[in-house]
Amino acid sequence: MPNLYTNKESNIHKTWLLFAVFLMAVIGIGWVFTQIYGNPSILIFAVIFSIGMSITSYWFSDQIVLRMANAEPVSRENARELYNVVENLAITAGLPTPKIYIINEAAPNAFATGRDPQHAVVAVTTGLLERLDRSELEGVIAHELSHVGNRDMLVSTVAVVLIGFLSIASNFFMRSLWWGGGRRDDRNGDNGILLLIGIAFAILAPIVGTLMQLAISRKREFLADSSGALLTRYPDALISALEKISSDPTPLPVANNTTAHLWFEDPFKDGPRTSWLHKLFMTHPPVEERIAALKGLKV
Amino acid sequence: MTTLYIVLGALAVLVLWVIAAYNGLVRLRNRAQEALSDIDVQLKRRYDLIPNLVESVKGYMAHERGVLENVTKARTAAMQAGGDPLQRDKAESQLSNTLKTLFAVSENYPDLKANANFLDLQRELADTENKIQASRRFYNTMVMDLNTRIQTFPTNFIASSFGFAAQKFFETTNANEREAVKVQF
Repeated sequence: MPNLYTNKESNIHKTWLLFAVFLMAVIGIGWVFTQIYGNPSILIFAVIFSIGMSITSYWFSDQIVLRMANAEPVSRENARELYNVVENLAITAGLPTPKIYIINEAAPNAFATGRDPQHAVVAVTTGLLERLDRSELEGVIAHELSHVGNRDMLVSTVAVVLIGFLSIASNFFMRSLWWGGGRRDDRNGDNGILLLIGIAFAILAPIVGTLMQLAISRKREFLADSSGALLTRYPDALISALEKISSDPTPLPVANNTTAHLWFEDPFKDGPRTSWLHKLFMTHPPVEERIAALKGLKV
Repeated sequence: MTTLYIVLGALAVLVLWVIAAYNGLVRLRNRAQEALSDIDVQLKRRYDLIPNLVESVKGYMAHERGVLENVTKARTAAMQAGGDPLQRDKAESQLSNTLKTLFAVSENYPDLKANANFLDLQRELADTENKIQASRRFYNTMVMDLNTRIQTFPTNFIASSFGFAAQKFFETTNANEREAVKVQF
């Protein structure tokens, strides 16, 4: 059974690994830059800038996302049932009770964010409260609390740092090729190969990075589904919540590309998506696959 | 010379492993301990709610003095039972049962069911009941982690030589305790 401790530890280890990979990539790219231009200072500035931005957004993620989603805080008095559901599941998971917010939207959906369990936030839309019964609501909240307990915010933030850095580096590289093209003739012949490698890397790296980030996001969704189901010991409720939410056609205007991965279900409804290419670019696994995974679960 | 270094190296690894395994067991045991005291918090909340409930019900249920007395008695018994929540589990489930009887009997008093204060307390107690269950389940998870570590190879050697004992789970002994107090609106 999942709790505050189990996945947190492995996630933190993986985050350090990601950071290590990230640092090696920075050093490697820095070396290539030095070879080609003899001066990596702009790159270093870009790296520091992107790390700073990402850490800021990680630290203030709760406030930023809540502002973006127009979420209103609720207390025990004005949303008693929701409050009790969240509080009781938090006790079962061994987490402090997160702050609870309601988003005034008809589309049923929910998300959790916050840098650590002490600053965690769970937000649900009014549509979710209207359409789901108590056990389905418990399923959704358990899924969100699993994200909090598993420290998924930490993992996804580090992934975003990595992608952000890769995009900046490749962008910078391509631009400098365009503007500083003449300089490479002064150097020796080795630069030609390095340059080709650099171009290939600059084009591929951000794409591969984005795919990796999305793959991580989908994996975390599966994990949160199964941890959440183990928390309530009732996967059927989560299955029926998933069915209700995915069959609901109401759009969610407060969601956008930067927050899409946070929601309980993909907030963009664009019909059935089955091609493998499309799947690669999804923030959430297809609902059918999530349901199939939950049905195969032995609780 | 090389053999000596290999032996010394292997010994150092072994010692480090013993330290890590021992510390891991201590950490798991402390988590289970903490989870147990979290149950106490919820049980105390129930003790605190009961006098108010009895007070608000007294006027309406003059003919059911026995039911009210049972609740009060069970509360006192649970509070005086002493020990951790696991040790007074019997007294606590006795208390749950008397509360259940009280709420069942209250169905016969329409005036009482119109009383906002009573309804509020009833809801609070139902929620507390859920929270007690939730904290027990968290404790059980922690105990499962600890017991698995104590019983599996190779940490079982460390556990037995330092006296770590497998701990008991909370089990719902009687069938009607599986269900929380029903609330009707």
